[in-house]
Amino acid sequence: MIEIENVRKSFGPLEVLKGIDLTVANGEVLTVIGGSGSGKSTLLTCINGLEPIQAGKITVDGTEVHARSTDLNKLRQKIGIVFQQWNAFPHLTVQENVMLAPRKVKGIPKAEAAEIAVKQLSHVGLGDKLDVYPSRLSGGQQQRMAIARALAMSPDYMLFDEVTSALDPQLVGEVLDTLRLLASEGMTMICVTHEMKFAREVSDRVAFFHQGVMAEIAPPDELFGAPKDPNLQQFLAATH
Amino acid sequence: MFNYRFQWKQAYAKLPEMLDGAITTMQVAILSMVIGILLAILLTLFRRSGNRILGGFATTWVEIARNTPALFQIYMAHFGLAGLGLHLSPYQSLLLGITFNNAGYLAENFRGALKAIPDTQPRAGRSLGMSDLQAFRFIVLPQMIRISFPTITNQMVWAVLMTSLGVTVGMNSDLYGVTQDLNALTFRTFELFAMAAVIFYVIVKIIQAGAWLISRRLFRY
Repeated sequence: MIEIENVRKSFGPLEVLKGIDLTVANGEVLTVIGGSGSGKSTLLTCINGLEPIQAGKITVDGTEVHARSTDLNKLRQKIGIVFQQWNAFPHLTVQENVMLAPRKVKGIPKAEAAEIAVKQLSHVGLGDKLDVYPSRLSGGQQQRMAIARALAMSPDYMLFDEVTSALDPQLVGEVLDTLRLLASEGMTMICVTHEMKFAREVSDRVAFFHQGVMAEIAPPDELFGAPKDPNLQQFLAATH
Repeated sequence: MFNYRFQWKQAYAKLPEMLDGAITTMQVAILSMVIGILLAILLTLFRRSGNRILGGFATTWVEIARNTPALFQIYMAHFGLAGLGLHLSPYQSLLLGITFNNAGYLAENFRGALKAIPDTQPRAGRSLGMSDLQAFRFIVLPQMIRISFPTITNQMVWAVLMTSLGVTVGMNSDLYGVTQDLNALTFRTFELFAMAAVIFYVIVKIIQAGAWLISRRLFRY
């Protein structure tokens, strides 16, 4: 369970999160929508401790993320994150990309890590690209590889930060299919996205962020069907 | 005015001794590069550490290595340290001087290479649970070496050529030292140094060919 309590986060004088309260239960799929600069991506990088926060607290399975005593390297093993820019490691093959963290972080033997990689890559439909270098893959394939790479650590939570935003339109579908698959398997997920149709389909709840505040959160039918917040109404009108 | 009689045969007879010297030259160059690269990586880590003392140490090293004559650096390794009570053999002084120079130049090259690797790369590693050092070792370092590979090759060539400075601290077992001693014995100055030049040239060509082969094997992406 991820619990976010009154979290505030600033970059210099600019406050990007102005007191966020949110709880994500195990098995839940939460999508976060909102305009750019609304703080939705920042929230994800705070959840796995890549960014410090100025106030409030975030706990994952009872472990406080920003506490001094927390071993972030250990905590991050159970929180996978995939970014808008997939950050493939260019010097490693697709399989090696996926094997690296299980081997070096978890100390899994090479042969076993190779098997995990094959399994995860097949899962995202890249079983035939094991020995290829990322530069030979399309953006969609690289993004799916990044998802497999995160899954190879067998995380309990997956955070997706606008994973389709940097893709050509015809490649968006294959990545969303992978996310749907994960959701159907019961993975706990927080997806920051601009894909409204996708959000409507897979989410248990949808949160709308506006200028650092979570303006509304509700099941998709309710949030899209009868939005209460005026900014949300405007946002939805603009995206249709 | 031009009554020098070339006696190539006499000089040619000394080729085995010169090739022995060439091996010593290669040995010094290779050792100084291996240690130099490791030190340069360490200096790079120092400069990235954000620690002012470590960073200042590394920057001072790089500044001296790059902005003073290599001859001065080898001199200091021999006579300078001897003045402080540390007596190194000519071989050790030469190795130390060139290694110091290599590390300084390479550290600066590595710094440039690092700028070409986006921060998101180690960040992706961190997000998978790697420590800072692991992300550097497994994600940043291999890419850094690839980007700076041509300058590493260049420095290797320089290391070979710098061994000729060893004569100034009494080194006489390397190619240049051997040639100088033979010249003192035979006075076949032109022939001997022309032969030495050709051997240096061949060594450099071998290094470049080797570097090309290594880069083809190592960098398939």
